Amino acid sequence: MIRSLPQSKGYAIGFKLYVLAYFTFLFAPLLVTCILAFNDSQFPSLPWKGFTLGWFTANLPERVGIFHDQINLDSIWISIQTAFFVTLLSVFVGTCAAFLFEQEDFRLRQLLYFLMLAPLVIPGVILGISILMFSTTLGIYFEEKWNLDVGLFRPGFWLVVLGQFSFISTLVTLVVSARLKKFDRTLEEAAMNLGANRFEVIWHITLKYLRPAIIAAGAVAFLMSFENFNTTLFLVGSEATLPINLYLQVRDGSTPVINAISFLLIVGTSMAALVNLYFSKKEV
Amino acid sequence: MKTEIKKQFRWGLLFFLTPVLLWLILLIVLPQIDLFVMSFRSENDAGEMVWSITNYLNFFHEPIYWLTFVRTATYSILVAFFTFVIALPVAFYITKVVKPRFQGSLTLLLLLPFWVSEMVRVYGWMILLRESGVINHFLLKLGLMTEPIEMLYRDSTMILGLVYTSMLFMVVPLISVLDSLDDSLIEAAYDLGANMWSILFKIIIPHATPGIVSGSIVVFMLTLGNYLTPNLMGGKNSLWFTEQIYNQFIASFNWNQGSAFGFLLLFLSSLVIWIGLKLSRQTLSKVVQ
Repeated sequence: MIRSLPQSKGYAIGFKLYVLAYFTFLFAPLLVTCILAFNDSQFPSLPWKGFTLGWFTANLPERVGIFHDQINLDSIWISIQTAFFVTLLSVFVGTCAAFLFEQEDFRLRQLLYFLMLAPLVIPGVILGISILMFSTTLGIYFEEKWNLDVGLFRPGFWLVVLGQFSFISTLVTLVVSARLKKFDRTLEEAAMNLGANRFEVIWHITLKYLRPAIIAAGAVAFLMSFENFNTTLFLVGSEATLPINLYLQVRDGSTPVINAISFLLIVGTSMAALVNLYFSKKEV
Repeated sequence: MKTEIKKQFRWGLLFFLTPVLLWLILLIVLPQIDLFVMSFRSENDAGEMVWSITNYLNFFHEPIYWLTFVRTATYSILVAFFTFVIALPVAFYITKVVKPRFQGSLTLLLLLPFWVSEMVRVYGWMILLRESGVINHFLLKLGLMTEPIEMLYRDSTMILGLVYTSMLFMVVPLISVLDSLDDSLIEAAYDLGANMWSILFKIIIPHATPGIVSGSIVVFMLTLGNYLTPNLMGGKNSLWFTEQIYNQFIASFNWNQGSAFGFLLLFLSSLVIWIGLKLSRQTLSKVVQ
């Protein structure tokens, strides 16, 4: 049954096979995607026609590798910029929220805490359409009232940033709060007794203590933003982020360039995951 | 002295409260209210916007709308159930069966695929399953089939994709809840002659209930709101409710109808979460931790 109990051979082998099958199920799609990025064929499918780096480096009429594929490169750059701003904003606001809910006491705290959790239970699609509608409502209002045309209210880069920020901040809040809960507040009191004011204490002591959690939360925020599809779908303007761009290409038939991009993404995110794990290990 | 400290604390409160309030009010509360209000507006015969419940009536009159809604809900529950059945043995293996020194690396391996974008994972399944895909290629090579078959664009493949996508959110809570299960309980039951099934149903599952509930809620909610996987892996007949919302917004440009649909989806998802929490006597703030 468990490791301290005797177990029959059939049970042990059966269980191992099951777990093996599970891991195959987990990794098969990713491995196949990676392997086919190097297949010398015009389609992302077998048979194997030999190894090539063409889908990364080629610049021929019938085969444009990812390093020369301007549309895909642009969308990667847009995704990086989006993720950068989302991370910046959500780490700032999320950390504020963590302090607010862990260290401050005020009326309606419970209600606000509940509201802070709400983005977790609102489906991403709904967040997307509600923000799209509200910004349009605001846009019309500004236009009619003051004859102002505010670009921010139209689908586009900043609306995507705000849409992703709206739920990623909740995750940052939860990660930072979890560490702030374990903080020994007598350290703050000691610093205050020695003459520091609240902001000096936060800057020099509490934030130093929170740093691992903030870095981890920032990494998660970056990745979540980089990969977001559901909310972005409704807010995106002419500048498509990478997941949106890939979606459009896959829907209309795909070439191994998508495998090449996927390969880079898989390698990149795995490395990011390992680095993140390293930091969170250090934290313990 | 005392008043001074008090005053400083209030400044701190203001500093932290302002960004949080801006975030929650401008991006969560007001948009949701706007969504709700817009869903009760529609054009009358003269082409003016008036208050009405037409959008909701449309939903009940058109079978395609409410059938899609019911289908989406049923399939989401199915997906949550399948995910649980598949994930439980894996979580049990990692926490209780495998040698402790492999535990860390197995958990890491388990989480790794979920760092990769959902788009890439769905794409991986597409090149595995489609008519010219890898699985068909091998089945033909092995002589198990003579004609390739289209495995994509069926309800079953869509469910497979959704289960795959949501797996993480079931495995992680299950691992953490099983980790806290005392081995000696299982040992005692075993010594007293309990068999595997009674240990599973009398000890493991009751202990794991908080993890099961939070995992199922998250999986259900994410599946319900998923657009990518049903759209790319499901067929023409497997319409998902989020696709109906998308069609109203982007294709028909009927935002009022779309917001009524959106609100219905939000209502359903909140209702199921609420029922799940009530049945298991938990609170939302507990579940998210």
